[in-house]
Amino acid sequence: MRGGLSKTLALVGAAGLLAVSACGNSDDSGGGGSSANKDVTVFTWWADGGEKAGLDGLVSVFGTDCKDYKFVNSAVAGGAGSNAKQVLANDLQAGKPPSTFQAHAGAELKDYINAGQVDDISQLYKDFGLDKAFPQNLIDNLTVDGKIYSIPANVHRANVVWANPTVLKKASIDGTKAPANVDAWIADLTKLKAAGVTAPLAISKGFAQEMLVEAVLLAELGPDKFKGLWDGKTDWAGGDVTAALNKYKTLLTFTNTDREAIDWPDALGYVNSGKAGYTLMGDWVAAQQVADKIPDTAYTYWPAPGTEGDFQFLSDSFTLPTNGADPDGAKCWLKTVGSAEGQKAFNTKKGSIPARSDANPADYPKYQQSAMADWKSKTIVPSCAHGAACTLGQNNDILSAISQFSGSPDVAKLQSALGTAMKTS
Amino acid sequence: MHGRIRTWGPGALVLLPTVLLLGYFVYGLIAWSFNTSLTDRHTARKGPANYVGFENYAHLFGEDRFLNSLKNLGVLTVAFIVGTLIFGLLWALLLEKGVPGESVFRSIYLFPMAISMIASGVVWGWLLNPSQGEDARGLNRLFEILHLQFLENPWWTAGSRWTTMASIALPAVWQLSGYIMALFLAGFRGIPPELREAARVDGASEFKLYRHVLFPQLSPIALSALIILGHMSLKLFDLIYAITGPNQFRTEVPAVYMWNTLLRSDQAKAAAIAIVLLAVVAVLVIPYIAYTVRQENEE
Repeated sequence: MRGGLSKTLALVGAAGLLAVSACGNSDDSGGGGSSANKDVTVFTWWADGGEKAGLDGLVSVFGTDCKDYKFVNSAVAGGAGSNAKQVLANDLQAGKPPSTFQAHAGAELKDYINAGQVDDISQLYKDFGLDKAFPQNLIDNLTVDGKIYSIPANVHRANVVWANPTVLKKASIDGTKAPANVDAWIADLTKLKAAGVTAPLAISKGFAQEMLVEAVLLAELGPDKFKGLWDGKTDWAGGDVTAALNKYKTLLTFTNTDREAIDWPDALGYVNSGKAGYTLMGDWVAAQQVADKIPDTAYTYWPAPGTEGDFQFLSDSFTLPTNGADPDGAKCWLKTVGSAEGQKAFNTKKGSIPARSDANPADYPKYQQSAMADWKSKTIVPSCAHGAACTLGQNNDILSAISQFSGSPDVAKLQSALGTAMKTS
Repeated sequence: MHGRIRTWGPGALVLLPTVLLLGYFVYGLIAWSFNTSLTDRHTARKGPANYVGFENYAHLFGEDRFLNSLKNLGVLTVAFIVGTLIFGLLWALLLEKGVPGESVFRSIYLFPMAISMIASGVVWGWLLNPSQGEDARGLNRLFEILHLQFLENPWWTAGSRWTTMASIALPAVWQLSGYIMALFLAGFRGIPPELREAARVDGASEFKLYRHVLFPQLSPIALSALIILGHMSLKLFDLIYAITGPNQFRTEVPAVYMWNTLLRSDQAKAAAIAIVLLAVVAVLVIPYIAYTVRQENEE
């Protein structure tokens, strides 16, 4: 039975094993332990597709702006950074931070801040002039206790609904403009169902459901009270939250039964193939539609109903790890990331929009142009599903509560679970 | 004195590396985990942590999510063990009766074991697609084609805990039944033919032959099978993670919950879950070890 115990321990000590492999990883790719060779190890989860292309764009700008330093790619591939975060956590734990690493801007950084793993870079904002280049609203969202810990490379919008106008026409719905609010949307969904579309609202598992919950909360509570949910100023137990969650429950009845088994590209596929009328997903869908060769006329998009005036953002950003190798090189990387040129090189390829408000829209494709206009004019609110509004731990608990709700919808239970999740760290 | 060292010295020397490695990597790390579980180390922050006694355990057992994961584990274990034993025994019986091309069937039944849990999890994730009717995919599609619509079901996305966890157990049963079959088949083959002949001469029917002569001989094998399956089920992680992904309340078991907790750097809580899991395995394994040791001593 020795084997049984040691196998158990293999589970118990998974962290330990991972730590070993993680060290190996940074040894292979880093070599940047000493500052003599002036390597700058950049840790990301951008390993392929548009993300890799974006990173390559940044690297070429870095190559001209920071001639003294050499870029060392330390990307870890896999599912929205979940593998990368594990490897990074172990590198940091082992005291071997990369020169700089990618993290979602906002509250998700709190995990690193609380662990004392990243440095305050407020001064760099002044040095690089970023305090003027970024919208004040964004800077407010990035600031933790008066300090800023990361420089955003891009901005994505989360509250976007993608629709198939051909399907909507079946129920004589005008697909070009968004329903005024969630109730109007539910009315349209009812019409679609009556017209024979069994699951008019396509949705996928995990964070996609969380994004829908967020969109409904944002629509029903308005941006100020919505932001309050994440910083503790709005009561999760309030009656308005109950009402909003009840509407989410209604929305869920219009969705596909296999929602727990599919990913967001599958849900988008349901819309494109005409099986569903709508799906709610972030604006990386635009890049996916281009990649799938779906013509512009085959789909429409608008802000989630009732959130017209809000830009629910998420952002990939770079940090300055505490005791990182060659901080000067890392700072030069951060300067590139924040610069107008760097942001252009990155975002035109990744399909996101620059965080700077002084970018020239003419450099970008059609969807991004409209998103850039919105970025300047709308109220910026954070998204928990992508780490801007809540920490990894909170998000973890919220995802669990939402998956429980998807199986047995009990609004009171969900509401108390969400409230409890935000009380943890 | 000199003579005595010569007796046990070489043996001890040979065992020493094993003892050291085992002591460090198994028992040392268990102790380290247990120690961590008693602290308030809830972030990745370094430096000294405070001891909070069994507070983490108290929190865990007061938590809906953890209790749910324990219940899921219980149901999963029962479904997995019962399912695997039934299929394993059934196949062993069929082969034991003698069929042409036995070795081919043996390989077919045993083959799934060669596939890693994570790979079969990915495949079964597709097979267990919950869509039904016209949109059916995976197994439901198969039932649709075979006009067995009544068999279609939402699998692990169903509301009830039994349907959910039995669906998760299904791939595990598929993987391990062949192994259990091999165990039982070896057991059947190990029974001397004289016993059967004697029973037949005494006029025992085929049913009575199995009931009173053959099955009792297999009980040590059944017990081993039970222990092997039991502890495998308690640690099941990769299969569930591959089929349902993380943070899935419906199918979460302590091993998956521990992983989720570790990902958010809540080390004390993750360690506490690990220790609970270890205790559950120990409840199953220790009586078995005691039993085998006693048997060996009697011999």
